[in-house]
Amino acid sequence: MSQTDLYTLAGAALFIIGLYGLMTRPHLLHKVLALNISSAGVFFVLVGIARRVPGTTPDPLPHAMVLTGIVVTVSSTAFALALAKRIYSETGIAALDASDVDAEENAGG
Amino acid sequence: MGKVTPRSPRAIRIAALAICGGVGAFLARAVLAIPETEPGLAPLVAANLEASGVKNAVTAVLLNFRGYDTLLEIAVLMLATIGVLSLSVTQSGTWDPIAVRADPVLSALTRFLAPIMILVSGYLLWAGEHAPGGAFQAGSVLGAAGVLLALSGYARPAWLSRFALRAAISVGFIVFLAVAIGEMIAGGLLLEYPADLAKTLMLLVETWLTVSIGAILVSLFIASASPAEELRMRSGGDR
Repeated sequence: MSQTDLYTLAGAALFIIGLYGLMTRPHLLHKVLALNISSAGVFFVLVGIARRVPGTTPDPLPHAMVLTGIVVTVSSTAFALALAKRIYSETGIAALDASDVDAEENAGG
Repeated sequence: MGKVTPRSPRAIRIAALAICGGVGAFLARAVLAIPETEPGLAPLVAANLEASGVKNAVTAVLLNFRGYDTLLEIAVLMLATIGVLSLSVTQSGTWDPIAVRADPVLSALTRFLAPIMILVSGYLLWAGEHAPGGAFQAGSVLGAAGVLLALSGYARPAWLSRFALRAAISVGFIVFLAVAIGEMIAGGLLLEYPADLAKTLMLLVETWLTVSIGAILVSLFIASASPAEELRMRSGGDR
C-alpha cells in the first residue's frame, strides 16, 4: 500500500463515519458535525492525491479546490446552524424526529 | 422540553451501517483506482504559470485558471450569509457586542492584537501573489479580528453602518462579476484576463474578496451567536 492509498483510504473512512452519523443521529447539531466530518474526509482525499510523485511540487489544483471547499463548508455550516436554531426557536426541539415533535405538541397543549 | 433520543432505533442503525458499508466499499475501490504516480495537472499549471500574472500556483489556479470556481464560491458565501441573516430571530446584521462587560485584560489585549491582525491580513493578501496566501487567508484573518473585537465587547464602530456592512458582504462578488463580464465585453471569454492587465485585475478582485470574506465571516458569527438563544439551546436539546 502506497502513501497515497493510506491518505485516500483514511479520507474515505472519515467520509463514511460522517455519513453514518448523518443518518443515525437525530439531533441537528450532531448532523451538522457529521457533515463537517464528511467534508474533512473529502479534503483529505484531495490533499492526498495532490502529491503523488515524490520529490515534485504538489499539484496546486486540488489545493485550490480544498481551499475553496473549506470556505464553502464554513458558510454552509453557519447556514445549517442558523436553520437549526430557527427550528429550535419555532418548535422547542433541535432534532429531526417526528414522534418527539408530536409528544411535545401534546404535552404543550 | 421534549426529550430527544440520542440514538436512532436499532433497525435504522443496522440499515445505516449496511448503506455505509456499501458506500465505503465503493469509495475504497474508487480511491484505490486513482493512478498512483500521476503528476496530475501540476505540469500544466507550471507551464502556464508565466502567463497567469502571478507567481504562486495556487493563486493562479484560484483566480485565473479556475476563476469560475472562486466566483461561484463567493456567490455561495454571500447567499449563505443572506440566508443566515434572514433566519436570525433577533435583529440581524447589527453588530452588537456579544460579551457586554469584557475582561479589562481581554480588552487591552484585543486593542493590541486587532491592528496587528489587520496588518497580517494585508500582508497575506499581498503575499498571495508569490507565496502561500491570498484573499481567503487574508479574509479569514480579517474576519477573526472582527470576531475577536465583538467577543471582547467592542461595539460596531459608528462609521460602519448596517448598510456598509451589507455592502461589504456583497462587494467581493459584485467586483468579481464585473471584472468577469468586463473581460467578455473587451472581447475575451468569461474570466479570461488580458495578459498585460492580469496581475492588476487579480489584485483588484482579491482585495475586494478579502473585504467581503472578512465581513461575511464576522456577520455569520454575530448573527448566529446571540447569548439568550445560546442559553436556551443549552438547557434544551438532548442529554
